[in-house]
Amino acid sequence: MILETGRPAALVALAPLSLLLAGCEPGAKESSQLGPRGAGMEQVRKANLASNPETPPPSAYKLETREGQKAGEVYPDLKLLGNISVEEFGLLMANITEWVVPKDAPPEQAGCNYCHNPENMGSYEKYTKTVALNMLKMTKNINVNWTDHVKQTGVTCYTCHRGKAVPEFSWSSQPDGPQGTILRNRHGQNAPVQAVGFASLPNDPNAFFLGNSEIRVGATQVHPGSQPTGIKDAEVTYGLMMRMSGALGVNCTFCHNTHNFADWNSSRLQRQTAWYGIRMARQANEDYIQPLQTVFPKDMNRLGPMGDPMKVNCQTCHQGHSKPLGGISMLADNPALREIWSPKTTSVAAPDGAVQAPNGAAVATGSTSEAAVSLGQTFREAGMAPAG
Amino acid sequence: MGYQNIFTQVQLAGPPEVGPPARDSDPRTGGTASSYWLGKVFNAQIGPIYLGPLGIASLICGFLAFEIIGLNMFASVGWDPVQFVRQLFWLALEPPAAKYGLRIPPLAEGGWWLIAGFFLTTSILLWWLRTYRRAKALGMGTHVAWAFASAIFLYLTLGFIRPVLMGSFSEAVPFGIFPHLHWTAAFSIRYGNLFYNPFHCLSIAFLYGSTLLFAMHGATILAVGRYGGERELEQITDRGTATERAALFWRWTMGFNATMESIHRWAWWFAVLTTLTGGIGILLTGTVVDNLYLFAVQHGYAPHYPATGAMDPNTHPGAVQ
Repeated sequence: MILETGRPAALVALAPLSLLLAGCEPGAKESSQLGPRGAGMEQVRKANLASNPETPPPSAYKLETREGQKAGEVYPDLKLLGNISVEEFGLLMANITEWVVPKDAPPEQAGCNYCHNPENMGSYEKYTKTVALNMLKMTKNINVNWTDHVKQTGVTCYTCHRGKAVPEFSWSSQPDGPQGTILRNRHGQNAPVQAVGFASLPNDPNAFFLGNSEIRVGATQVHPGSQPTGIKDAEVTYGLMMRMSGALGVNCTFCHNTHNFADWNSSRLQRQTAWYGIRMARQANEDYIQPLQTVFPKDMNRLGPMGDPMKVNCQTCHQGHSKPLGGISMLADNPALREIWSPKTTSVAAPDGAVQAPNGAAVATGSTSEAAVSLGQTFREAGMAPAG
Repeated sequence: MGYQNIFTQVQLAGPPEVGPPARDSDPRTGGTASSYWLGKVFNAQIGPIYLGPLGIASLICGFLAFEIIGLNMFASVGWDPVQFVRQLFWLALEPPAAKYGLRIPPLAEGGWWLIAGFFLTTSILLWWLRTYRRAKALGMGTHVAWAFASAIFLYLTLGFIRPVLMGSFSEAVPFGIFPHLHWTAAFSIRYGNLFYNPFHCLSIAFLYGSTLLFAMHGATILAVGRYGGERELEQITDRGTATERAALFWRWTMGFNATMESIHRWAWWFAVLTTLTGGIGILLTGTVVDNLYLFAVQHGYAPHYPATGAMDPNTHPGAVQ
């Protein structure tokens, strides 16, 4: 019969369609509901593909007591850690070494001597010590003034460094592409770039982690009014959101109820946390990292192609997880990292080319931090409950 | 029962069908040919053809637009043919930046986009005129032309009418595979979710309705093909057993049925209204309504989701920006 001879031919013709399944990911998925039903608010986790967060190394040893002779009495040059005991100071130095330049690091990067001159531990002759000092200030500032983002978990050097002298995930300014020509001119978009999830969206969202450019694009009123943004602005912000989504290993609905992205009242509390995170990254870059531009050597891949230092974004700490290191806090063993202290009587300007923030706020002093403390209090007084 | 196969099983072989003389006596050119494999899915006969001045002008304009878009994409990868193929889905010819408004931008900053849009629009409008005039020449109704016009209305709304009303060509759609999809998503995000646009809802209803009607009608006619059901026009006035069986089938399965004539009106209106309502929805977005979700809440056709307790940190005094 004709019908029967026709059937194999039809099947052969349909066979290539099965190739369309080649992009599918087999394996178990776990989904959890994050919001009102019917709003598509769910988090899908690929159980077979998801990696577990890295487990941080244990503290070199447990601190029995914080009492004891102050480190500042033994090492009068200390600028940030003079208020803790000598023993705690030694422990913190040992832990920082393990976090940043552990024993298995390349020889030129391992151990105390990466930052210190063993003949004169107080000397700033190595640029790495100036960098470390600034990073320590940054860490303390984050743990004290940015609890709206890091909560009581806080951060340590390890959150970013993960046993590497230079954190694996960072960014620097990229040269502008060709201008005024169509040759090789992508207008900053329309290329398969991982940062924006291989979408054709504008693909340099890192500019949002400096300065204070406006991120918001969605209309907040029913009818046209004062909202100046257009579709192209929405594409730029979309690129940033893709960057954050990839950095945290989550999708849009982790923060937003997508029925109306711009609306805060129906967003998840995580959106608040993320909002503070963006501002935290901006301050880290503006006040603590960018000023190191003149400190980093020009010939060691410490600066980007535009000569600016390697800066942070969400990925630097989060590394694909909504909570860096799975939310494990390392501050219990290193309590000094959430205390801000500066010697009242000694000069705070670090010698040997130490850094001042370009905006005049001396990074080395407590003034920036104090301002930030009061800022944090403003949020708390206004009833900003910590978002969980 | 070969006609039930997914490929056309019956092919006529004989003297070529040249059709009736056209009213404007435009000569058709070229001979006729017959292709067995083409006949599997289309008519086996190719030609004679008539392109005419409108068709030729339309093809030239369309070719220019295609070339401008393609060469801009090709240039954006530095004339590298391998990268052009590999990245083709990402490449685009972008409309001008917002700062140019409705002014003419430099060529590399959106000028080429304007030129490509001009030629593509000209090409489409000329082709529309051609469909209208050929229908007239054959003594037909102009239903095809007006259905095409509905699609052109949506195209022009997206790329020209709405951008002009918004005061900026930057609101228009880029030429590019992924880029135009991302434009759609960004459009929805900027204007508070396109799904709450009532005209978008209508457009989707007509779009899905079109596919449903097409599936029902195509299946019905194939199913009564053994009784000559594909001779639909004859059966409008001289109902045969194919029509009777098809009609009874639908009365049995859904309670009512269309006629051999009215089913085509249903299909035509659904198709036309898909793009017509879609275009109206685009036209009103950003010009009349800025946030479609809030509009939907205001008019009682979307729920107001309960507050989660999240608040805009910007609204607190002294907030860092």
